[in-house]
Amino acid sequence: MSEYHAGGGRNWSWARLVLLVPFVLALDVPLYNRVNPVFLGFPFFYWFQLLLVLVGAVAIALVLLVEG
Amino acid sequence: MNGTIVTVFVVIFALITVMGFVAARWRAGDMDLLHEWGLGGRRFGTFVAWFLIGGDLYTAYTFIAVPALMFGAGAIGFFAVPYTIIIYPLLYLVFPRLWSVAKKHGYVTVSEFVGGRYRNRWLTLAIAATGLLATMPYIALQLVGIQVVIGAMGLSGDLPILIAFVILAAFTYTSGLRAPAMIAFVKDGLIYLVVIVAIFAIPAQLGGWGAVFAKIPAAKLLLAAPKGASVGAYGAYATLAFGSAAALFFYPHAITGILSSQSRQVVRRNAALLPAYSLILGLLALFGFLAIAKGVGTLPGDVAGFKTFGPNFAVPALILASFPSWFAGVAFAAIAVGALVPAAVMSIAAANLFTRDIYRPFFAPDCPPAAEAQVAKIVSLVVKLGALAFVLFLPFKYAIQLQFLGGIWISQTVPSILIGLYTRALNGWALLVGWAAGMAVGSWMVAALHFAGTVYPLHLFGVLVPGYAAVWALATNLVVSVVLSVVFNLLASDRDRDETVPADYFT
Repeated sequence: MSEYHAGGGRNWSWARLVLLVPFVLALDVPLYNRVNPVFLGFPFFYWFQLLLVLVGAVAIALVLLVEG
Repeated sequence: MNGTIVTVFVVIFALITVMGFVAARWRAGDMDLLHEWGLGGRRFGTFVAWFLIGGDLYTAYTFIAVPALMFGAGAIGFFAVPYTIIIYPLLYLVFPRLWSVAKKHGYVTVSEFVGGRYRNRWLTLAIAATGLLATMPYIALQLVGIQVVIGAMGLSGDLPILIAFVILAAFTYTSGLRAPAMIAFVKDGLIYLVVIVAIFAIPAQLGGWGAVFAKIPAAKLLLAAPKGASVGAYGAYATLAFGSAAALFFYPHAITGILSSQSRQVVRRNAALLPAYSLILGLLALFGFLAIAKGVGTLPGDVAGFKTFGPNFAVPALILASFPSWFAGVAFAAIAVGALVPAAVMSIAAANLFTRDIYRPFFAPDCPPAAEAQVAKIVSLVVKLGALAFVLFLPFKYAIQLQFLGGIWISQTVPSILIGLYTRALNGWALLVGWAAGMAVGSWMVAALHFAGTVYPLHLFGVLVPGYAAVWALATNLVVSVVLSVVFNLLASDRDRDETVPADYFT
């Protein structure tokens, strides 16, 4: 069993906490339910959530890099 | 009827049909074996898996149902974006474990995993039956998508949808998962093309995105702020996103996509790569607003379409009003093929489930592999007929309600599978009772809403919380499963009944 960490298994790392960022922001509705600031014609509600898709992908890519 | 649109559509569709049959020979395997027919031999690499899983998860739901909700109900429809953000951390964390244990023990379905983990045939049956049940409305949603597009081309009667149905059934039967995997390349190519052209061309016709958003009524532009002792639309938005996300990867077709990967590394990489589709989904959702800005529904040609299909007609009407006929043909083909790929994977996944977890254990324990694959092929046809029944007998205004309904049911398999992937602490019988409680609560709520919606308002500590019924049902399920597990394991623990060992989850 020595090749498995007590925390959950092989490859587990603290980097996984990064995954909480997109998760929490995506569900914090009052945070983004607003029009301003507008960006390229898009109200905040829309561009923020589209941007969050990228944030989510980057977060996972980071964890993947750290854990290999 | 517009000759150019129909011609382009038929040509693309014919090409897809040929591909579907040729696919049987792609990386050829023995189609008399279930894991060859139903999982493509578990040998799809990162690239193919990206197309297949993306093509499998982003369905008529994305192209028709979500934009229709945006068109009709406004900002609430954008919940699909946070939904598809939070699925990927889940995919990264949880599903490599499922891939590993499934590969190690030769599981083709998720209920086989539950069977091996808990050694409780009734729990296994419940998980398999739920997968079958939840898949049918989801396939139905795909059929609605195809129907809407066919209607938009001015073709009437049931013959066109019947032809599409027969083509789908025939190539699924002969080529198994290889058919949608191969067609997914064309599907995704067409979808990306149409979306990218549309998000530049249509706003340009309307004076830019700023002008588009300026035409959206305030009530639709943002969620209504909560009033008094209620979390209002915020609760609905967040629980729809969370509940849908909790459900997604537990659908049989999603699991089939994951298990067809060549390695756990393919699954992990795709968790970082698949969000590209979520961007497309977000832009497609905004097609609902483009349709409002374009004034579809008020245009003379649209009246019949909206009368038949309701808000689901928004995207086809927008395409007809914005593009020359030949490109409208391409766009409609993209939507129809986009619905066909997931419908094929869904029916294959449901067939795998029935064969491995219901037919073999309960009816034919000594069934030889070739007979097993044969049963699966036949069941893939039967499931599609079940889906047709949902289309005909459940008259939802928004097609998306079909997916919400499936989500309520499938999320009741989450405790057995998700917790089971990490620990054997819960008791199989307790999970079975928890499952039954969740199914009952979720179905009762939908019935209480007269099948017109799936957001059920609950009074919690003096606050009114309108929330997706899947979340309430899942909470009930979890509480019952955990509490009863403590009791049952004290009386008669079943924890030694487990054919897996911890190392199986990492290999």
